[in-house]
Amino acid sequence: MLVIVLELRRPSSSRSGRAILQAKQMQLAVLNGKKSKDTEEGSAGDVLDDNPVGKLKVYVYELPSKYNKKILQKDPRCLTHMFAAEIFMHQFLLTSAVRTLNPNEADWFYTPVYSTCDLAPNGLPLPFKSPRMMRSAIQLISARWPYWNRTEGADHFFLVPHDFGACFHYQEEKAIKRGILPLLQRSTLVQTFGQQNHVCLNDGSITIPPYAPPEKIMSHLIPPDTPRSIFVYFRGLFYDLNNDPEGGYYARGARASMWENFKNNPLFDISTDHPTTYYEDMQRAVFCLCPLGWAPWSPRLVEAVIFGCIPVIIADDIVLPFADAIPWEEIGVFVAEKDVPYLDTILTSIPADVILRKQRLLANPSMKQAMLFPQPAQPGDAFHQILNGLARKLPHDKKIYLKPGEKVLNWTAGPVGDRKPW
Amino acid sequence: MKQLAALQQQGRRSNSFRSNSSPLDATVDGAIKSPATIFWLFLHGVCCLISLVLGFRFSRLVFFLLFSASPSPSTTTIYSALRTTLPVISSPQERNVSADGGGSRVVVGRHGILIRPWPHPDPAEVMKAHRIIERVQAEQRSQYGVKNPRTVIAITPTYVRTFQTLHLTGVMHSLMNMRYDLVWIVVEAGGTTNETASLIAKSGLKTIHIGVDGKMPLLWEDRHKFESRMRLHALRIVREKKLDGIVMFADDSNMHSLELFDEIQNVKWIGAVSVGILAHSGGSEEGDVLMRESDADEKDEKKSQIPVQGPACNASGNLAGWHTFDTRPFVERSAIYIGDRAVVLPRKLEWAGFVLNSRLVWEDVEGKPVWVKDLVEIGKDGEDIESPLSLLKDTSVVEPLGSCGRKVLLWWLRVEARADSKFPASWIIDPPLDITVPAKRTPWPDAPPELPAYVEKVTTIPENTEKRPAKSGSKRKRSSRSKRKHNAKVLDIRASTKHAGDN
Repeated sequence: MLVIVLELRRPSSSRSGRAILQAKQMQLAVLNGKKSKDTEEGSAGDVLDDNPVGKLKVYVYELPSKYNKKILQKDPRCLTHMFAAEIFMHQFLLTSAVRTLNPNEADWFYTPVYSTCDLAPNGLPLPFKSPRMMRSAIQLISARWPYWNRTEGADHFFLVPHDFGACFHYQEEKAIKRGILPLLQRSTLVQTFGQQNHVCLNDGSITIPPYAPPEKIMSHLIPPDTPRSIFVYFRGLFYDLNNDPEGGYYARGARASMWENFKNNPLFDISTDHPTTYYEDMQRAVFCLCPLGWAPWSPRLVEAVIFGCIPVIIADDIVLPFADAIPWEEIGVFVAEKDVPYLDTILTSIPADVILRKQRLLANPSMKQAMLFPQPAQPGDAFHQILNGLARKLPHDKKIYLKPGEKVLNWTAGPVGDRKPW
Repeated sequence: MKQLAALQQQGRRSNSFRSNSSPLDATVDGAIKSPATIFWLFLHGVCCLISLVLGFRFSRLVFFLLFSASPSPSTTTIYSALRTTLPVISSPQERNVSADGGGSRVVVGRHGILIRPWPHPDPAEVMKAHRIIERVQAEQRSQYGVKNPRTVIAITPTYVRTFQTLHLTGVMHSLMNMRYDLVWIVVEAGGTTNETASLIAKSGLKTIHIGVDGKMPLLWEDRHKFESRMRLHALRIVREKKLDGIVMFADDSNMHSLELFDEIQNVKWIGAVSVGILAHSGGSEEGDVLMRESDADEKDEKKSQIPVQGPACNASGNLAGWHTFDTRPFVERSAIYIGDRAVVLPRKLEWAGFVLNSRLVWEDVEGKPVWVKDLVEIGKDGEDIESPLSLLKDTSVVEPLGSCGRKVLLWWLRVEARADSKFPASWIIDPPLDITVPAKRTPWPDAPPELPAYVEKVTTIPENTEKRPAKSGSKRKRSSRSKRKHNAKVLDIRASTKHAGDN
């Protein structure tokens, strides 16, 4: 089956191309009889099943433990919050087959800095020291190894899963003002944040899903024949009175609009509750709303995909995880923020066979696997998708290699506070 | 991310302060109070006051206007800062798009909360949504549910009495809600009546209404035997008509879960499910205590503290025995006659807990297993068939259903009014009562009903006890006297319940 998939893999973005590809794969599936009839392949399955081993080599810098282990020891909560991907990626790469101990043959270089692990007492990460930490780490690797100066970081990648990526702030205006850390401008950033034409998203960044604990999710699965009886489901805040008392800033007013328009609608099961049956309820719903909050991404997307609930994404210009591998328009429903008052009309006017098709695509196990960070890593999971993304960017353009002594990055750019040693 | 409470508050409060002072970073480092800083502080204070008045952050607008050298894409625009202070906009077209050309259309800053003029559900859309849900559920069933569902043949013995409508409606609705093809065989004691026929016709299901001669007996013992006879009669109909499917016994006072119908599709020849026994009637707390205290522990007649009848499995999931209902605590206090205010006990194994493949009762069918007796050999001498196990030569072939009997899928209950209680035919009062007068005296204060001679508890009762309710129609022709009788009957039923409470 794997062989056949490789043969047929042609990157085709046109719809007709995808349809032909899909038809051919379905024929082959029928012939092979391996995949069951309830998962529809085609546009979803091919790229997700790629195996990155053999396509790239990653060298992991050995940084002193103050950048990674000691921070983790100080606060083990970092392993379970939604930014835990940076830690698990490090652990995965240390034992992965793509790791190489010879930096001269490496295609990509990874710097394990846990920049999102400085937690406040309530568990939320404080980004104030992260720029200094990053800077200090980069100074270290540029001094100890020659590979940074060779390209000024263009063949290095970093994991920055925080709210606005490498802008290192949780408030959007502050983050925009800071912009991406100047030292990281040439590197590939693997981040959860993605919004088109935004300062904090560089071209060539890889968007990943936020971390969701796989064991917890798998322990809440209910039998698939439980009938889906909830039409639209959402649990979360609509107004953030602590940080946005005036209203209109949080979620660009979209969540508040959702509440005001649909609180009386029996089809919409939306509230600010924290039920213990949250995961089970999602498995009993047809649509799950995934609106933006302070940042456009949220773990709801991951949960919706895993539980087979069609995600309704309400975030203008959002860039979704692994957008080059997962056909989000075919799986989810995109609603513009200005159309939120008409959400019920939009959702009820989707034809039933389109809905069934989306559910079949969501039932594809490789889709669910691609959203998770399981320990130990499994084929097709999010770690492998990140590596696939990195592999797709190879081979590196010759232009990134700088002449000796040539400097492109401005090491003094950015706020003065960033230059304080960490 | 979403709830950076204290942090963001701090951040926000210091934000405006910092943004004010950001142009001065170079100059203010020494904390020298130059006239410029005093001027900026004063201006900041004025802006704060204006913001207090206006209700939004005015200072940002000013600084944007004053210091916008090269606007980076997707930063605040004039429109977002100037957006109306009203949090609610009624018309959705007022949402402005950013004025910046090549940048992002999404703007940071304050946005209006869009509410449409009539934020209530539209019934046509609600119907569309329900149809979508139905379609999704049908798809789920076809993917994960039972493949090739078989027709369910439900056999219900019934007879006309006060609670018949109550019980039969419950069964009817369970059968109407289940999603498989159905043939409903309603066996009526005493011959078919229009009352029952009109009741089951309301269901719209495919029904076979047959009657068995002979009135339903008054004593529970006899009633159980009579019901078994009725069920055998129905099985003979299945045999005659060669109905194909799964036979289950839906007694009219039982409660069936819809999962039961999904589960019985898995039966091959004969299966058994666990039946929860609701054997408690009013005033039986002592019965509860008795059941909890005794802890006899025999092999195949396990007394369980939860009264459940059904298959018992060993560790490998095969049938090892049967859970039956322990009647020992109730021996003194069980109900004898219908309507008796005591616990009604089930038999050792109820018919309701068994399901059969209808081919077991057919005449000559290939593939019929050797361990089943032919239907005609059973019950022809009028002997009492206690459960479908009598159909088998070897009871070990019964398949335990419902995860080996661990799931209770139906509940057995027998609740009946007194056999002589009167009720309006079909529970319709026709013609409607226009004068209701309380009776001067009730016909029978607290006397138990007349019982057959061989039972001890017989007392003579003055009048009008054994009249069949079906004949009440003829009584109605007598005008006021019959009305009083109606009231009297109604009052009596109420009186008898009061008396039961006093017990």
